[in-house]
Amino acid sequence: MDFSVILSDALRSGIGPIAAVYALAAMGLNLHFGYTGLLNFGQVGFMLVGGYGLAITVSTYDGPMWLGVLAGVACAIVLALLLGLPTLRLRADYLAITTIAAGETLRLFYRSSWAEPVTGGVFGLQRFAKDFYDLSPIERGTYGVWLVRFSSRDLWVMIVGWSLVVVAAVLLALLIHSPWGRVIRSVREDEVAARSLGKNVYAYKMQSLVLGGVIGAVAGMLQAIQVQSVNPDNFDPGVTFFLYTLLVLGGAGRILGPVVGSILFWFVLSFLDSALRQAIDAEYISPDLISTSEVGAVRFALVGVALILLVAFRPQGILGSRKEMLLSDR
Amino acid sequence: MTADTGGSSGPGAHAGTGTGRLSGVVPEPGVRKPDPLLVLDQVTRAFGGLVAVRVEHLEMQRGVITALIGPNGAGKTTLFNVVSGFDRADGGRWSFDGQPLTGSPAHRVARRGLVRTFQLTRTIARLTVMENMLLAAPGQRGERVLPALLRPLWRGQEREFERRADELLDRFRLGPLRDDHAGTLSGGQRKLLELARALMARPVMIMLDEPMAGVNPALTQSLLGHITQLRDEGLTVCFVEHDMDVVMGISDWVAVMADGHLVAEGPPHTIGRNAAVVDAYLGKRHDEPEATGEEEKE
Amino acid sequence: MRPQRKFVLALALVLVSVPALSARAQGEAVPRGPTFGARALQALIDGIQFGVIIAITSVGLSLIFGTIHLINFAHGEFVTIGATFAFYLNAAAAGPGWHLIPAAVAAVAFGALLGGAVERGLWRPLRARGTGLINMFIVTIGLSLLLRHLVLVLYGTRPASFAQYDIQSTIGLGPASITPRDLTVTLLAVLVLLGIAMLLQKTRIGTAVRAVSANRDLAEATGIDVQRVVLFVWMLGGGLAALGGVFFGLVEIVTWDMGFKLLLLMFAGVILGGLGSAYGAMAGSLVIGVVAQMSTLWFPVDLQYAWALLVLIVVLLVRPQGILGQAERVG
Repeated sequence: MDFSVILSDALRSGIGPIAAVYALAAMGLNLHFGYTGLLNFGQVGFMLVGGYGLAITVSTYDGPMWLGVLAGVACAIVLALLLGLPTLRLRADYLAITTIAAGETLRLFYRSSWAEPVTGGVFGLQRFAKDFYDLSPIERGTYGVWLVRFSSRDLWVMIVGWSLVVVAAVLLALLIHSPWGRVIRSVREDEVAARSLGKNVYAYKMQSLVLGGVIGAVAGMLQAIQVQSVNPDNFDPGVTFFLYTLLVLGGAGRILGPVVGSILFWFVLSFLDSALRQAIDAEYISPDLISTSEVGAVRFALVGVALILLVAFRPQGILGSRKEMLLSDR
Repeated sequence: MTADTGGSSGPGAHAGTGTGRLSGVVPEPGVRKPDPLLVLDQVTRAFGGLVAVRVEHLEMQRGVITALIGPNGAGKTTLFNVVSGFDRADGGRWSFDGQPLTGSPAHRVARRGLVRTFQLTRTIARLTVMENMLLAAPGQRGERVLPALLRPLWRGQEREFERRADELLDRFRLGPLRDDHAGTLSGGQRKLLELARALMARPVMIMLDEPMAGVNPALTQSLLGHITQLRDEGLTVCFVEHDMDVVMGISDWVAVMADGHLVAEGPPHTIGRNAAVVDAYLGKRHDEPEATGEEEKE
Repeated sequence: MRPQRKFVLALALVLVSVPALSARAQGEAVPRGPTFGARALQALIDGIQFGVIIAITSVGLSLIFGTIHLINFAHGEFVTIGATFAFYLNAAAAGPGWHLIPAAVAAVAFGALLGGAVERGLWRPLRARGTGLINMFIVTIGLSLLLRHLVLVLYGTRPASFAQYDIQSTIGLGPASITPRDLTVTLLAVLVLLGIAMLLQKTRIGTAVRAVSANRDLAEATGIDVQRVVLFVWMLGGGLAALGGVFFGLVEIVTWDMGFKLLLLMFAGVILGGLGSAYGAMAGSLVIGVVAQMSTLWFPVDLQYAWALLVLIVVLLVRPQGILGQAERVG
């Protein structure tokens, strides 16, 4: 077994573009779930409309990239309104079911045959990211330090991605530590109290849903650009589940929770993946027990175990405070 | 608190500002009062077939403490919930300070200056005491998304609110706890915080749902003192209470509900002698099923 | 509030009618075989068959919600495990090669054991630790990920059918037709649903389940052993999910993610009928099954699940408490 390869894979994944995408999407989810207490299980739906908004504008209708970005953001706002108007007055579990159903319904519509002229159906869309890569100031080639190397394209996506993460973190920190954030947190804790003090809880929940949804849509665009294609099957409900895992891992209701969570999540996932593959190749693990093709499934099963153990034993995550967590039991 | 401090004010439990002006009012249910702040007409609320509230007419005088009493299931809390916008009425109209309030959602009711508290204290555990106070401040510039991002737009206002909150906290002896999470406070301290927080919202009238429930005797005295003092400063108070000693001690006017109806009204000393009240409490109609709706319907 | 709701409804209608019109335009261009009436009858039959299978799986989901207010996101995996376990006993190369009927019985027993094991080994300890409900939802997500990918490792990605009753000739029902297998599955499923209704109405444990659903504290105060009821509900839910999985695998096909795909339809059925109501779940699931199949009369087959989910969202707009549920809203 070659540990430098395992470590290199894990490091590349932990700081790579996909970790940035998931950190960003989870920041939106953190605003919903961590700060406002909205149980949104359809964050992937926002990523989908964001990614497709960009891809359809550029690839299907030959529009410019900036228009695609605007379209993606607009779609996310519309989706948030559509989801929120009927369900934000209902109990949390209704929102959970509606959002997961809405995300999946969207995916099914986007991949269906009648949507194919616009969305590309099951084949998805390609060739919309050229403008983005043309903006890159980085010379072609590969760059890296120590064990980690990235292509110039990935590096450009990473720079933009992590910059967006920083911008989102600053904006969210400003918001959360403002009177607006105080209301949002009070809605999470006790919306009856918030209403009795003159706060229009419904409006605040809606604002939170829209803002977090837009952040999710931007993450979706970044993902589309990184893989240079959108495909409906990249947006299955499992993505939202990963977002919850890394959010709980990092600490929900902490500005940097999703960032720490995403880096660690992808680091560990790739580490496991790489280590398992090497162990099987080196026959430390019998191929009869797990074959290399099953490694992907095994690591997702381990994600499930990790999520259960985290919630049971450290629900506040890495950055949260257990003392504060216990206060909320009313 | 309003600037309405007309009339004489002085020490003693019954020397509040509005009390004098209620002296000529006939003690009968639904009676008109000289300066009503909250006026209810034909307010009804039924759960399934059970009528929880059916109040023909009720006026609450500005600047006095009105106690709302009645046996369990009389519909007091339901009436509170309807007026404060936490429950919908099946019919009727009500107005506040001369303007209609019928069917207003809870947050609008609070913004109009009618602020309520809850039987089970609703302080927000994971916010600090100060944050709980600041939350209640009305008209905050930083509560809208875009201005929230620009700290200079609201920081001055926030400082003002903090000063005011500190004053209120000191008044309720919560000053030293200002940076603690509200969840670490004792039950009594939470009651005080909830009252202080309600005042932070600059109410014209506060409605207290069983403010003394589960509070030790020493704190009860302190709360009573605070409430009468607030009245003396011009605030209108309405509270639901079971303990007759408390009611007799501080209220200027008592309204009695039974089976959803308003059965009696009058100054506290007349209430004990009222036949309808004795019936309501001792249960002339005790064999009839009680209306539900005493629990907080949310 | 009212105008907002109307706005959403209008948007939803636009969303539905635009593709409907475009699809109809396509449909007219392509000539089809049987008459519309015949196709409608066939779709209705298929829909009822699909609906009763969803109903079997969703009753457990709804009862679990009714008793402990948990939305079990791992319920779909119980379905998959029932189907793949029966497949292993019945048709897998490494399996014992039992006939499907004993294999199905064993799968149901395994499903019930799994449900009981999850309750005893996971939910009860978590409740004892005071884990909040929202966190429990997230745990069910973790459980779903774990079970689904375990199935993927053990079963693989390849869809498969059971060894018996695979290919059959159809019986004519007027202009429509059904295979003896599908007819048997439908009738069996209806019988099972009636059996559940009897169980809930006539037996002590059924009464206890209803009592706990209606008011847990009151039930506890009257001496009902709530823990035992909850355990029973999990075992019942697990067993029924496994049975539904076998049925679905029989009329369609066994895959590693079949349960997860069905889960959202179960949710739709449960919400449509009113969260927590067993009979509501049955009625709602039937509607969802019929909607999914009937939609293929006008729309592409690959959208049939999407319409069923859209029905869910529209129902939440119009009658959030569901067909049979009690109005219960916050705010």
